Amino acid sequence: MQASGRIVGVALAGITILLIHMSGQTPPVAAPANQARAATGRGRAAAAADAARALATFPAQQRPPGDPALVARGKTIYGINCQSCHGADLRGGDLGGPNLLRSQVVLSDQNGELILPIIQGARQSNGMPAISMSADDVKATATFIHEIVGSSKGQGAPPDSGAPPPNILVGDAAVGQKFFTEKCTGCHSATGDLQGIATRIPDAKTLQNRWVAGGANGRGATNPDRRIVTVTVTQPSGEKVEGRLIRIDDFLVTLANADGTLTTIRRDGDQPKVEVKDPIQPHRDLLGVYTDKNLHDVTAYLVTLK
Amino acid sequence: MRIHTKFAISLFVPIALMAQGGGLEPSDMLKPLKDSWPTYNGDYTGRRYSLLTQIDQTTVKNLTLGWFTKVAAGNGGNVIVGGEGTGNFPAGTASIKASALEVDGTIYVSTPDNAWAIDARDGRELWHYFWKTRGSTHIANRGLGMWHSYLFLETPDNYLVSLDSKTGKERWHKEIADIAQQYFSTPAPVVIGNHVIAGTGNDIDAPGFLSSFDPETGALQWKHYTVPMNPGDPGLDTWPSLDRAQHGGAQTWIPGAYDPEANLYIFGTGNPTPAYTPGRGEGDNLFTCSLIAVNVDTGKMAWYFQTSPHDMHDWDSAQTPVLVDGMFGGKPRKMALTASRNGFFFVVDRVTGEHLITSKYGKDTNWSTGLNKFGGPARDPGKDPSIGGSIVSPTAGGTINWEPPAFSPEAGLFFTSENDAYSIFYLTDLDPRGSMGLGGKEEVSVGNGGSFLTAIDYQTGKIAWRHPYPQGLGGGGGMLATAGKVLFAGDGGGNIVAHDVFTGAPLWHSKIGRVTNAPQTYLLDGHQYLLVATGDTLWSFLLY
Repeated sequence: MQASGRIVGVALAGITILLIHMSGQTPPVAAPANQARAATGRGRAAAAADAARALATFPAQQRPPGDPALVARGKTIYGINCQSCHGADLRGGDLGGPNLLRSQVVLSDQNGELILPIIQGARQSNGMPAISMSADDVKATATFIHEIVGSSKGQGAPPDSGAPPPNILVGDAAVGQKFFTEKCTGCHSATGDLQGIATRIPDAKTLQNRWVAGGANGRGATNPDRRIVTVTVTQPSGEKVEGRLIRIDDFLVTLANADGTLTTIRRDGDQPKVEVKDPIQPHRDLLGVYTDKNLHDVTAYLVTLK
Repeated sequence: MRIHTKFAISLFVPIALMAQGGGLEPSDMLKPLKDSWPTYNGDYTGRRYSLLTQIDQTTVKNLTLGWFTKVAAGNGGNVIVGGEGTGNFPAGTASIKASALEVDGTIYVSTPDNAWAIDARDGRELWHYFWKTRGSTHIANRGLGMWHSYLFLETPDNYLVSLDSKTGKERWHKEIADIAQQYFSTPAPVVIGNHVIAGTGNDIDAPGFLSSFDPETGALQWKHYTVPMNPGDPGLDTWPSLDRAQHGGAQTWIPGAYDPEANLYIFGTGNPTPAYTPGRGEGDNLFTCSLIAVNVDTGKMAWYFQTSPHDMHDWDSAQTPVLVDGMFGGKPRKMALTASRNGFFFVVDRVTGEHLITSKYGKDTNWSTGLNKFGGPARDPGKDPSIGGSIVSPTAGGTINWEPPAFSPEAGLFFTSENDAYSIFYLTDLDPRGSMGLGGKEEVSVGNGGSFLTAIDYQTGKIAWRHPYPQGLGGGGGMLATAGKVLFAGDGGGNIVAHDVFTGAPLWHSKIGRVTNAPQTYLLDGHQYLLVATGDTLWSFLLY
């Protein structure tokens, strides 16, 4: 039904502009702790992680913790009867069993009452075999499933698998060194400011994030002098004020003078002339230039600077 | 200039109730937007364009603060309480992201679990309704819908609540979606004739859908799923399996627009799930990230156009469609315009769904290799989250997020904010089954290529002008355009700013704090007002 038609105008010219910070506008902002969970006294580490997340107080997370003995028995029963199809982590298995963590039945079930008829064979036509299991064992299995579902992370993410994070070092250090020599040595040096950078920032992913941004979260990292954004304001009379930029909008610019006092100056269109100097700007200008391979190669080189 | 506290209110409520709250005929919303603000976007076109002209490029500098008032969320004071929950969740500080309604001298505004009626002349609270929640994700509430003297509010725990607009008393509440399935509801219901159209949302792989309710009784009229739910459903061949399609997302986050002649409700859908990882095959994953038109009486889909095929960055396309009647290619045409979170702007024929324009408005947008055979942007798989990291603009937050745009017929321009930031996206879950929801990736922001108020020529898709925001993150909570040739928007630096629609040049501003919603305008006692929110505070400006 999708109508294809002619294609008009594509793409546009870039305009470079200075800019300070960014942020995701995406929803999961700061939110109060997970009250329901805290109130149950549920002590697992995941609860603390969730608390810091959004208000993930859905019934699956509000549920009080299951009786540990029941959970343990349920885990064993699950391993024997369910795991080959639904996976050890409940996310579905090679034999085609669906992901239980997001199953409508599991999410709506309280104590096995919705799961019981399915185990007894209600979905044989969908390929779910009938399994001989007592009502108590179904309840134990359901308790185990709910325990795992309850440890899911915010925004639909599954529980931690426990697998170590992938190694992000996929680049070629020699190629990265060449790129570094061509593009970076105007400001940086492997034997100067970046000497020992891989010792100071041993985690390769952190190192990559920092060098691309020009410092931690784009705010400068290794050399405190480099992160100061300065502004020069020149009045039509030629009078000039210079200092550290505090804030700027279309109408006012505020700067810190050398003695620490603040000066706020009115802006009216192009007057007075305002020039912002941000030491991170060269990094920002490169964001649209890098290929992902550039990133990976330079990181592979930088991790050698121990 | 006065600020009122709750203590002052109770004395005045009875008097106010006798004088106000006349209600709203559904047909009033078919009229061009002028004296009131009766629905989320003002009118059904989504243009957020008012015909009022008292405030124009010359007079706007005379805008004066009439009043400001703070609202206090939660179950305290003189509050009408409803809800199915225990009520022991802390309410927090209200943040108004909703578009307020203004009807007959009364303002109706909402935050998650809360609704207020406020005297538009002096900012006094007339009533406050509080909903005791069962939990759920409390991100935002986009506003209320109105039908005669009834109001409609969606709650985070997925109820459609109907209130008496005169008293704030609850008439009924009906469940929109199941909280156990982890749905949470933020949209403003849109009232069309005898339909209350309600969207919802979800992050854990549940199917998106749109519902229509009877405004009198709350009975469900129809429910339209936005992903294939049954064998043989259209779009199923774009998924690896029916199970995957049924867990494919496409949420209905944002209120849509309505074309009364075609009787079509036009809205955008959210991202597919899992959002960032494999697990959805290689198909387009219909009808995620699409502009969709459904018949208002039946809920049946008339056409769709996919704006982010097989999205891999949580760039939902739920952004407000803007309906424009205008010249296109030398001929008059009925169109729908939308600027998506993925950095692309689209024009389609809104009667047939025929694709007319795709253009890149995100200056740094770098994830697409060109256009696919339908005219939508083709994804570069190399920019999917990867083990070594992929540097991508925009961020998952998008070039634009939920904030509604505006359109000026005088200028022929579509206005949106534009954030050209970069993130590195790492794939952290290598499981071939894919992750779930928004899991399986790590996103690190690494800098911004710019932030702008941006005007797009709808006839070409080209940028007419960009007004840079020197402090970044402009656009506040959305836009308002008027026949006075003025565009209002928050600048991200704590100002509400009036711009020249032709150039973007600032004409007036007031430093009221960070703007959190899209402004409204209306006429009261012969004077044009401008209403805008900063967090828990409403600011009412007018020309005396």
